[in-house]
Amino acid sequence: MASPNREPLVRLVKRSSIPLWQSILVRVAAIILSLLFSAVIITLITKLDPVKVFTSMYNGAFGLELRTWNTIRDMMLLLCIAVGLAPAFKMKFWNIGAEGQILVGGIVSAACMISIGDKLPTALLLIVMALISAVAGAIWGLIPAIFKAKWNTNETLFTLMMNYVAIQLTSFMVDVWDKKGSHSVGVINQTTRTGWFPPIAEKQYLLNVIIVLALTVIMFIYLKKTKQGYEIAVVGESENTARYAGISVKKVILRTMLISGAICGIAGFIEVAGVSHTISVNTAGGRGFTAIIVAWLAKFNTFTMILISLLLVFLDKGAVQIATDFGLNEYASEMVTGIILFFILGSEFFINYKLIFRHSNKGGKA
Amino acid sequence: MKKILALLLACAMLLTCGVLFAACTEDAPEENNEVVENNDPAETPEEPEAPALKVGVILIGDENEGYTYAHIDGIKTAAETLGIPAENIIWKYTVPEDQTCYDAAVDLIANGCTYIFSNSYGHQTFMQTAAGEYPAINFISMTGDTARASGLENFSNAFTKVYESRYVSGVVAGMKLAELAAEDKIPAESIDENGNYKIGYVGAHPYAEVVSGYTAFFLGIQSIVPNVVMDVTYTGSWFDITAEGSTAEALMADGCIIIGQHADSTGAPAAVQAAYDNGKTVFSVGYNISMLEVAPDAALTSASNNWSRYYEYALGAALKGERIATNWAAGYEDDAVRITDLGPNVAAGTAEKVAEVVAAIKDGTLHVFDTSKFTVGGETVTSAFATDTNGDFAPDADEAIIDGYYHESYFQSAPSFQLRIDGITETN
Repeated sequence: MASPNREPLVRLVKRSSIPLWQSILVRVAAIILSLLFSAVIITLITKLDPVKVFTSMYNGAFGLELRTWNTIRDMMLLLCIAVGLAPAFKMKFWNIGAEGQILVGGIVSAACMISIGDKLPTALLLIVMALISAVAGAIWGLIPAIFKAKWNTNETLFTLMMNYVAIQLTSFMVDVWDKKGSHSVGVINQTTRTGWFPPIAEKQYLLNVIIVLALTVIMFIYLKKTKQGYEIAVVGESENTARYAGISVKKVILRTMLISGAICGIAGFIEVAGVSHTISVNTAGGRGFTAIIVAWLAKFNTFTMILISLLLVFLDKGAVQIATDFGLNEYASEMVTGIILFFILGSEFFINYKLIFRHSNKGGKA
Repeated sequence: MKKILALLLACAMLLTCGVLFAACTEDAPEENNEVVENNDPAETPEEPEAPALKVGVILIGDENEGYTYAHIDGIKTAAETLGIPAENIIWKYTVPEDQTCYDAAVDLIANGCTYIFSNSYGHQTFMQTAAGEYPAINFISMTGDTARASGLENFSNAFTKVYESRYVSGVVAGMKLAELAAEDKIPAESIDENGNYKIGYVGAHPYAEVVSGYTAFFLGIQSIVPNVVMDVTYTGSWFDITAEGSTAEALMADGCIIIGQHADSTGAPAAVQAAYDNGKTVFSVGYNISMLEVAPDAALTSASNNWSRYYEYALGAALKGERIATNWAAGYEDDAVRITDLGPNVAAGTAEKVAEVVAAIKDGTLHVFDTSKFTVGGETVTSAFATDTNGDFAPDADEAIIDGYYHESYFQSAPSFQLRIDGITETN
């Protein structure tokens, strides 16, 4: 009969804190381990040289100046959405609705390009587009926030459902704009390029970078240094504490979702005017969900988000390149991405908990 | 809780690995076509004179999807015939119809490709953007329809006259229908109040390519059995196994006895086979690939393309450094379309009838869209335009009805026939 005091083989103990260098070390170790692990899997399954595979991944993201810019562009888009989600999630408001907020922002941007594209000078047109897509995104974010603040509805389901509404709305608008019946709008203003982001210093995507980095910095300051940012943190930790401290929880929820939705709306604007120049139900392309991972892994530090977005986009680009170079289909690269994310998420576990093995305590017991 | 979660995650991971392993082993023979990124002269010392032709291919799917497989197969066959080494073709798989297509095209150019093909209609708009930016590179948007209007010299469209093989596949279905009628095997629910036999058609999107296709199919059936009506239901997607299956089920529930399709999956034939297995009298006519694998009893045949004919032409022109025709279309005459192997349940005499019809199409005595064979609103059509010039997508130029038949794929390679003829109802 086992003794009732018998210790389990492994115990989990929550760490109170961990020095910064140590946490960085754990994460770097995780990435290295994940690369090694993927290398073993790659070699076992495909008999390819893993070094070649990783070189190919790197080439996919940075192999050419062109690819580097595409990587930066996609990274900025993801970062923009993550920056938008950060205040909502920090407040523990589960905004699963970024996809919808991006889409409505994209719809109004596309509408501007189609209807008033030739009536305004480019700079003014872009400003108008940015503003109204922010408003559209803000409204999309505000609706679930109002219901949450007034009747305490479940924001996860609500924002998720708002995505479907936005998808249907996009689908409808696509049919309004497409008269051919092929259910696609095509590149808007293909020849005139009105409403497209102009190249800055001959760099097509520099404006995207400027807008998103500006938002990143502003959001960092907003969350860390302002009273409103502090209120968000308090509401996120405990609504009761917030009420006790005299913070109007409702007001904070509404205001924060307004901001969150607006930035996601701007992401839609960047996608439509600065990247694809078209609108479809795939315009958000799942980034609204991926960005949640970015925001959480970065613990809402918008500068850390830059690194995480880069990592995710890098993996994605690398994946595509492996498919081209080695004729592996996309599942192979998705697996590598999966392994790497698995290890990174795993490293968070080891940063928060430590394992204590039974034998390590034997000395004390005997 | 955490342990359970960890276990679940671990299981999921193992499962993924397992699935992947299976997938990879299947693909193994094809995996060694490693592409050299930069044309390293040291590696190809025997290469004669100028830089070798490099071709980029942008595909909506990969070899696991019938439509894309047909293109891959066509390109590989053509390249082999023309002696283009495999490593000079760079493939971009599963490229969605968005900015990714433009990125892929520009990336291919950076890798030295001078001829770039894309195989899906939705790629076209992004290909056109790239074509405008890179006048020295040749862009070919397969199945597209804007090359002529774009005015770009380096931008082309190509399509087979697949309506011919759809007509022939309709003949196969018609033969079966005639046989069933002669044997009195058509259930009452499959006959409407006017004594017409009901046919169903699973369409992707309601535009010319699909309209042209189902009309040809319908006319093929009607050439054998005149008293038929057809319901067309759209899925709103080119590839959606579930929707195509459920649409076929809905059509069968309405009594349709033949299910045709213009969508890329095996969803409809599989659903028809399931109904067949449950004792229903119903047969399927597929698209792109033989459906005998998913519907061994219910599949009669599939209308299909032989893309290698086009790729032989296009890559041949590329090898000579020539521009590619802005619009290319070919049919039975050039062996560019065909129907797949006949299923075991086709009516007796089908093969002979098919040979006869194909011969008639080839020698020009049979025209699919013969205006004496159909009516619109009860009237014979005497005029129909093929081309849209003012951008509203309603054709307003190029009279296509000449010598008593609609000249399909004549002014542009992509189908333009979009009259809604009597006897066919679009249900959505």
